[in-house]
Amino acid sequence: MAVAETSPLHQFTVESLVPIHVGTFNLSFSNSALFMVIAVALITAFLVLSTRGARLVPTRWQSLAELSYEFVAGMVRENVGHEGRPYFPFVFSIFMFVLFGNLISLIPGSFAFTAHIVVTFALALTVFIAVTLVGFIRHGFHFLSFFVPRGMPALMVPLMVPIEILSYLFRPISLSVRLFANMMAGHTMLLVFAGFILSLGVFGVLPLAIDVALILFEVLVAVLQAYVFAILTCLYFQDAIHLH
Amino acid sequence: MSEHGTPDDLKSLGERLDKARRDREAEAGRDGKVVGYREGAFGFAFRIGLDLVIPLVGGVGLGWLIDGWLGTRPWAMVVLFFLGAGAGMMNVYRAVMGLGSAVGYRPAERREERPTRENGARPLDEE
Repeated sequence: MAVAETSPLHQFTVESLVPIHVGTFNLSFSNSALFMVIAVALITAFLVLSTRGARLVPTRWQSLAELSYEFVAGMVRENVGHEGRPYFPFVFSIFMFVLFGNLISLIPGSFAFTAHIVVTFALALTVFIAVTLVGFIRHGFHFLSFFVPRGMPALMVPLMVPIEILSYLFRPISLSVRLFANMMAGHTMLLVFAGFILSLGVFGVLPLAIDVALILFEVLVAVLQAYVFAILTCLYFQDAIHLH
Repeated sequence: MSEHGTPDDLKSLGERLDKARRDREAEAGRDGKVVGYREGAFGFAFRIGLDLVIPLVGGVGLGWLIDGWLGTRPWAMVVLFFLGAGAGMMNVYRAVMGLGSAVGYRPAERREERPTRENGARPLDEE
């Protein structure tokens, strides 16, 4: 996809840094992959270093790490309940990955991999498969009763079951589109306004002010979208664990 | 409060904290109510929009693919268009009524009979 250098969409171009071709597959190490590795490395460094030599009275970094842990733990506890404990590591990993991906994408010159539908859809598909597997493992084929809500008139069943199955199948799409659209729109908007700063001369102060406000807003969106992604994961687990 | 006034009465404080946590946890997932999902009005509007449109678009796309495989154009697409529209409306209805993402069109029944809830519901971070 060729996008002009000056286009606000140019920032999303995936470039391969280390070309790797296996058969017909293009497995090149791209800038997108690089920033995913950076995100994972940062998360690991943050959690490992801050809890090394953990004290009863935490240091600043330790308390940040504990805060993120407590936050997700509380989210799982309140939304999934006691049975959600085994899935805490999964939700925590997803939350931290999306959060760091969103936040480092705001650093100028970095790459926003969460603004790519491929990445968010792969994440959402992982959640979808995990939730479906958990549902089948915990309930066996009884899990299929999930699509027949209790108290439904028999007349409605042939109509409602396909509807429920459809809305279940399209969950990963709306989950991924939500994250991708928010990140993509935010980053594009930032660059659109940034493009006006120099060309407007003195009046460039106005778009500059807008960009300052926008980048603060984007920090909020980055955290909020990671939260929404994680909490929807929790809600899907809740559905699969507590069949209605 | 006043009956536990002694400062060294940490044990009973711990017990009460545990009990409060257990109660909270037991509430989780009941009634299909969404406990922690708070977003601004704009975020909510965006979510509703997506929930309405995605099953519709996805249904049409899926129908188109099925038609391509089975050569039944345009019937699967027509059927899935209406089913997708229905699914989208169900999603919006559930979101607006605060039913979360569970199936059905009314709050789930209480699950008091579940045996797993009673024995040893401990807070997540206590291990």
